[in-house]
Amino acid sequence: MAVVEAPPQTPVPKKTKEVDTRKQGALATKLLTPTMAVLLLVIGYPILAAIYQSLFSQGQGVDADGFVVQGDTFVGVDNYAAIFSGDAGARFWNAFYNTTFFTVVCVVIEVVLGMAMALIMNKAFKGKGLIRASILVPWAIPTVVSALLWKWIFDANGVANSILGQQILWATDGFQAKLAVIIADTWKTAPFIALLVLAGLQVIPAEVYEAAKIDGANAWRQFWSMTLPLVKPALLVAVLFRLLDNLRMFDLPFVLIGAQKPSVETISILAFLENTNSRYGPAAAYAFVLFLYVVLVSYAFVKLLGADVIGDNRAKTPKPAGRRRGLRTVAKGDQP
Amino acid sequence: MSSSTIDTTKGTTGGTPATEVEVVQAKKPYGMWAAYVGIALIIIYCLAPFYWMLVTSLRQPSDTFSIAPIPAPVSFQNFIDVFDAKNNFAIALFNSVVVAGVVTVLTLLIGTIAAYALARLDFRFKNAALGIIIACSMFPGIAMVIPLFKLFTDIGWINTYQALILPAMSFALPLAVWNLTAFFRQMPAELEEAAMIDGCTQGQAFRKVIIPIAAPGVFTTAIIVFVAAWNEYIIALTMTNKASIRTATVAVTFFTGTTGRDIPTGTIMAAGMILTIPLIIMVLIFQRRIVSGLTAGGVKS
Repeated sequence: MAVVEAPPQTPVPKKTKEVDTRKQGALATKLLTPTMAVLLLVIGYPILAAIYQSLFSQGQGVDADGFVVQGDTFVGVDNYAAIFSGDAGARFWNAFYNTTFFTVVCVVIEVVLGMAMALIMNKAFKGKGLIRASILVPWAIPTVVSALLWKWIFDANGVANSILGQQILWATDGFQAKLAVIIADTWKTAPFIALLVLAGLQVIPAEVYEAAKIDGANAWRQFWSMTLPLVKPALLVAVLFRLLDNLRMFDLPFVLIGAQKPSVETISILAFLENTNSRYGPAAAYAFVLFLYVVLVSYAFVKLLGADVIGDNRAKTPKPAGRRRGLRTVAKGDQP
Repeated sequence: MSSSTIDTTKGTTGGTPATEVEVVQAKKPYGMWAAYVGIALIIIYCLAPFYWMLVTSLRQPSDTFSIAPIPAPVSFQNFIDVFDAKNNFAIALFNSVVVAGVVTVLTLLIGTIAAYALARLDFRFKNAALGIIIACSMFPGIAMVIPLFKLFTDIGWINTYQALILPAMSFALPLAVWNLTAFFRQMPAELEEAAMIDGCTQGQAFRKVIIPIAAPGVFTTAIIVFVAAWNEYIIALTMTNKASIRTATVAVTFFTGTTGRDIPTGTIMAAGMILTIPLIIMVLIFQRRIVSGLTAGGVKS
């Protein structure tokens, strides 16, 4: 982060350009300092503190001489090692599995639903305002409120069971609890994906499709070879953000199903509960593992799929046709 | 990337025979009918759960478990019960307004200038700076909350506004900078150039020319940031343990019934409506801008 504040010192060939850039660099430093300072405080510090905290254990222990030790004890990587053994390990891997399961399933459903919605909305000639307003309703409802709302819908005597004619105990535990979380999550976020995809679709002129139809491309072919590649840049960014949002999932399972429910316990919930029980060391270790997981997923996504997160390419002037889009990455600045 | 592809494909449209276009259009009514059914389904999908919250909140408390689609009789008792002293909901709403409001104002004050630098100035490490800010928006909240909880406990910040406001900047600031950078990029560069030819410095050009023109973008970002801050849960849950400092999203999960064991569903649904309605009203008024704001980072329009 410190590098940003340093004034630019590269020798630029043209003299005037150099002076100009240097001047702008000084101004940019001034303008960026407050933002970077805040981020350093609320993200830079916590991540270092989490690493430090994860090396300690709390509460009572017995030291080598048999004396009872209270307070923080340095335990090195013990909190991380505990992930690989015993009950704590089993609980962590369950949370890890749940986090991954929710992320993959929810994002796949959201993308498919969101794409379908966007394709339908793109065909709409009337009532665009109404559609847009209703699409924004799930987005605007606070996650906690939507969790409480779905908890009520999935109540044993709730409307979901009445409609289905079943007596499913959704909110207790087990697979149905997972299902409830997935339904609630996709309801809230599929419309958001739809909005992003729709914005991508609307920059495609209708003539492109008419030309394709004339050339004999059927609807599926049009979607697969034209629509999808054209909305891909927007979709990749949306998917990445959804992935990362779901990896840190907390509010929804915590409020909809509750604490201490193994079937929906995510890494965030596990770390939160450990923190609440004053087991700060393991809590910090779990949080840091989640952080590494998020970094890994974003890195893979940006590197392998070339998600243009910075959006620099799109801001530039159109490139000559046929030129392959460079892999614009934020990889270097990934770790705050 | 997309625009270049469009241009190449456009070229092939040039010599389209008129007759074939008519064939294409003749198939439209069937497609339109299907589209209308699809649109109706989307609207039902989005609004049905929300409608259920509205209906439940408007029933008499004794009718909560009714599954009639329209409340009969309509009762506002749940909305009165929400403000029962034991729920501390009024103070929680006030806290939410303070926290979300301060977060929004602070974020925009420092985020706007940062976004301007990122969108308009030419300097080294620009992409690295933008990359860091975006990476911050991907940061999992729990990895920040746990160490900050310990820090705030040590310095006596638990149950204070600053303990709710400062951590919220971690997601609000990257969101604002990202949105605003996209807005600033869309504005023609000639604006400042003209101002600077007229004798303004770059700073003056920013204050006197850019800010007034960017006002809609800044305003849209303010709404998006406010919604995010208003919805915040994990920070407010961790950093408070007193009812008097909780924000509304946390308070609503602490509602208790009259006999302790029963869940006051009607009251909770009414509280949910109160928490949601201001946002829905904003969405209805500014929907066009919000949509362009939400998609600004993803698509260049």
